Amino acid sequence: MGTTAAEQPLVVARGVVKRFGDHTALKGVDLTVHRGEVVVVIGPSGSGKSTLCRTLNRLETVDEGTIEIDGQPLPAEGRDLARLRADVGMVFQSFNLFAHKTVLENVTLGPVKVRRQPRAKAEQRARELLDRVGVGSQAEKLPAQLSGGQQQRVAIARALAMDPKVMLFDEPTSALDPEMINEVLDVMTGLAKDGMTMVVVTHEMGFARRAADRVVFMADGEVAEVAEPEAFFTAPTSRRAQDFLSKLLTH
Amino acid sequence: MEPVLDNLDLFWSGFLRSLGIAVWAFVGSMVLGTVLAVFRVSPVPALRAVGTVYVAVVRNTPLTALLFLFAFGIPALQVNASFYVFGVSGLVVYTAAFVCEAIRSGINAVAPGQAEAARAIGLTFSQTLGQVVLPQAVRSVVPPLGNVQIAMVKNSAVVGAIGVGGELFSVYARLSSAQGYERLPILLGVAAFFLLVTLPAGALLAATEKRLAVAR
Repeated sequence: MGTTAAEQPLVVARGVVKRFGDHTALKGVDLTVHRGEVVVVIGPSGSGKSTLCRTLNRLETVDEGTIEIDGQPLPAEGRDLARLRADVGMVFQSFNLFAHKTVLENVTLGPVKVRRQPRAKAEQRARELLDRVGVGSQAEKLPAQLSGGQQQRVAIARALAMDPKVMLFDEPTSALDPEMINEVLDVMTGLAKDGMTMVVVTHEMGFARRAADRVVFMADGEVAEVAEPEAFFTAPTSRRAQDFLSKLLTH
Repeated sequence: MEPVLDNLDLFWSGFLRSLGIAVWAFVGSMVLGTVLAVFRVSPVPALRAVGTVYVAVVRNTPLTALLFLFAFGIPALQVNASFYVFGVSGLVVYTAAFVCEAIRSGINAVAPGQAEAARAIGLTFSQTLGQVVLPQAVRSVVPPLGNVQIAMVKNSAVVGAIGVGGELFSVYARLSSAQGYERLPILLGVAAFFLLVTLPAGALLAATEKRLAVAR
């Protein structure tokens, strides 16, 4: 039986090693993400989960190992890398909206400059996306005039505007006030339901339980356990995961 | 005051000529300085080296020496132009080193996440700089850039020393040496006409800073 394009995994990381000076942040990590799959990466601080997320679109270079997106190895640099990044959406912990551009300009910049879409078409689509994430009325404002939750939803719309094959979320709710976390998680849950392929690094166990197809638990730069969410949260097999979960549940 | 009032038309034409030198040097040094700043942050080691060496050499050379090098060194290479062109070029080359460093400090002050987000949506290096980083960098360095450019206007007086002719400094030379006027009132007149450029420039800067300010 041959593998068709639809069965071929979208993201494949093999033996990824990343060092920062003397510190080894990733010690040979393997990760496979299939089309339409939602993989939630959890683990204690410093376990390497954010670093892993950032290597997937080469915001961090890797010291060893390979990463393929949709069957293509990540280009080292230059235009080929830029082209690949256009297909990989990313949402950051600190939003990183372009501070000098309006919300609408934030969302249209990529489609106009990278996809070469006509401005009118890009703006129409941007407004649809902003409506979808519930900030359509803020289109003409600057990012600093928005709440954290609104900014993060704009950041999601900005990533969606590129029609990415996969979306990476690097702790998207960690910088948010508690009452704003759910408005962002709701948008993400909606995306997951619509079949978006997602890699989500988060501390939101409720989201992991609700939206994940698989949970990847990392500790000390290694993948300690991979399981379906129900199995992981009720009966974790690795010692590190048992430890981690017991600390969460005591609060 | 009389020596100045008697020769007001001469001062005025000298003022316009000096203003012309300053405007050209402003435009030229902003463009060249920005290019150099981009070199200094580029991922290409050769470009970074060019930027670093340029700043190290030019910033540490006295302006007078640089201007004389332009005015008398370049013609020796069989390249000929007017002293006006050499003077403006020398001023551009000199000022660009300082513009470069001011803009580079602005680039370094832009949050790294801004460039990461730009790269993450697929912008190339030059698009990331041009669309996201430089517009924010320049906004944050309007005051130091203003310092550099006001210093440039005053430095433009030195351009007179290579014999450009017609500008404010040569007005002083002509009136005091050739026509035998008392030096002090003439010098004060020259200073007053320089203030006519630099004071409005300062006000313009303050207004620019206010207009470009972006909440973060």
